[in-house]
Amino acid sequence: MKQTRLIMPTPDLSPEAIPTTHADLEALDRRDLAWYVDKGLQVAIFIGGISAIVFVLGIFVFITKEGISFVTGRFDLVEFFTSPRWLPTSNSNPTYGALALIVGTASVTGMAMLVAIPFSLGAAIYIGEFATGRTREILKVLVELLAAIPSVVWGFIGLSIMNSLIIDLFNVPIGLNILNAGLILGLMAAPIMTTIAEDALKAVPDEYRQAAEAMGATRWQVIRRVVLPAAKNGLVAAVLLGVGRGFGETMAVLMATGHSIQIPDSLFDSVRALTATIAAELGETAVGSDHYGALFTLGIFLFLVTFIINLTADLVVRGIRKK
Amino acid sequence: MNTLNRITLFLLLLLPLSGCGGGSDGPSRVVLENKGSDTLVNVAQAWAEAYRGINPNVAIAVTGGGSGTGIAALINGTVDIANSSRSIKDSEIDQVRAAGAEPVEYIVGFDALAVYVHGDNPLTSISFDQLAEIYGEGGTYENWADLDIEVPGCQGQEIIRVSRQNNSGTYAYFQEAVLGATRDFKLGSRDMHGSKDVVDLVENTACAIGYSGLAYATDHVKMLDIATVSDSSAVMPSVESAIDGSYPIARPLFMYTRGEPTGATKEYLDWILSEEGQCIILEKGYAPVRQVSCGA
Repeated sequence: MKQTRLIMPTPDLSPEAIPTTHADLEALDRRDLAWYVDKGLQVAIFIGGISAIVFVLGIFVFITKEGISFVTGRFDLVEFFTSPRWLPTSNSNPTYGALALIVGTASVTGMAMLVAIPFSLGAAIYIGEFATGRTREILKVLVELLAAIPSVVWGFIGLSIMNSLIIDLFNVPIGLNILNAGLILGLMAAPIMTTIAEDALKAVPDEYRQAAEAMGATRWQVIRRVVLPAAKNGLVAAVLLGVGRGFGETMAVLMATGHSIQIPDSLFDSVRALTATIAAELGETAVGSDHYGALFTLGIFLFLVTFIINLTADLVVRGIRKK
Repeated sequence: MNTLNRITLFLLLLLPLSGCGGGSDGPSRVVLENKGSDTLVNVAQAWAEAYRGINPNVAIAVTGGGSGTGIAALINGTVDIANSSRSIKDSEIDQVRAAGAEPVEYIVGFDALAVYVHGDNPLTSISFDQLAEIYGEGGTYENWADLDIEVPGCQGQEIIRVSRQNNSGTYAYFQEAVLGATRDFKLGSRDMHGSKDVVDLVENTACAIGYSGLAYATDHVKMLDIATVSDSSAVMPSVESAIDGSYPIARPLFMYTRGEPTGATKEYLDWILSEEGQCIILEKGYAPVRQVSCGA
């Protein structure tokens, strides 16, 4: 009601015109079409604003509900985190060790970051600090275009092109491995990391650069000694969001890792990721079975890990904004 | 104005729907319940869809749930046709009889698994024992040298095992037929998500060996002849050897009815076993009950 008053026509402020009775107030409160549109939009925007929170909570409640019977029943914490034996459909002795899956996800994400960090930071520095005019605009569009390639297409590239390429180049028995998936995931994570890193560089005030240049610093010195340290938090956040992206990616890693349960001892070993395991197995699992619950437990674990990573990234970004 | 237009459009879209709804109330409409095996569910659905074009007065409601579910429904009399990827057990036959009917079995196709290797692999046949040493837990074969061969283009001569995700019917059948019911797969195989993915990977990987449906074969991979024991003669995987039962890793796919089928059920089963119906099962990656010639 208060907000509605604000958009009322200029009020007559003479003493006798100030509404005192309820009837006077009613008369002022004109509920025409504009008022309803205004109210409607207010509600719609409010729902839009809180929907993200509602959905995240809803999803968390759902996966917890599905996984809880396993967590409280068959679940063995030590087995889950220390055994690489993921054999949920064994007839003789089903085991639910997720260690190989966790190591798989971590190793692929680690490889992806090795690829994506130099690429995306380099691209961000070039776009933000060196490129001007058309070059800059074209580069920005191209980087964003890279983010638009669907993950199944990346996975297909990994499966059909990179597999043979890695076999030929490195003389290894199979090309579906950490290197393959890491390269692909790195390229997938790079665009978002570049965009965020570039924003962080842009947030560094120009006065810093001008001051440094006035003192005779070269372009490289300005970037290395002044801009990068000042943008440090944003750059860390960019990397963390890239890590979150890597952890959560499913389709491409399902296709490019080889989907093989083992603890890798080289870059050329096939691995299996947490996400890919859920994607591959959930569809044909009997609802309510131990296997079903175990997959949801993997989901809870993944949710918590990505949630913590994203939260950390967010807090780090907030850190720079406050300064 | 805009809103009005939308409402009009919406009503216009509803018109044909209501027309359609009226038509289906015709007196001759029959609904057949078809339930069971998840292995067969895709084929059953394809049959049901195609049959709509053949006989629009018969609607077939297909549900999966597993072979056991289908046969249980047959015992309870809630389905017209039960799908199963295993033959009905004696105890189940007795139960159907107790309910006052004789189960009638139809073999509607075969699920034959071929063992694939890369086109350059010199191996031509393999036995169950060797497969178990490669795939089974505790099996000792890790290199192609263990099979006394050298695979050209394969670095390190390591055997790259290609398998399926652990809840696929193909995985379970291969395990049961080759490893035995209680022996697990050796961990570390590349577990593909589809029959075609297995063949694709084997095609591109010199060191690989994999199992998948016969119908997924391409010109670039090699199918091995299979022997049940090392010294017996190996059988080439083909639709013929699957049909005559000489190929050891093919399982028949069944449909069961309560008593001799009549009317719409009989017509439907006859159509499934016809050239047209059998072409559909072939298209879905399984072996038909006999040789059929399907246009491309």
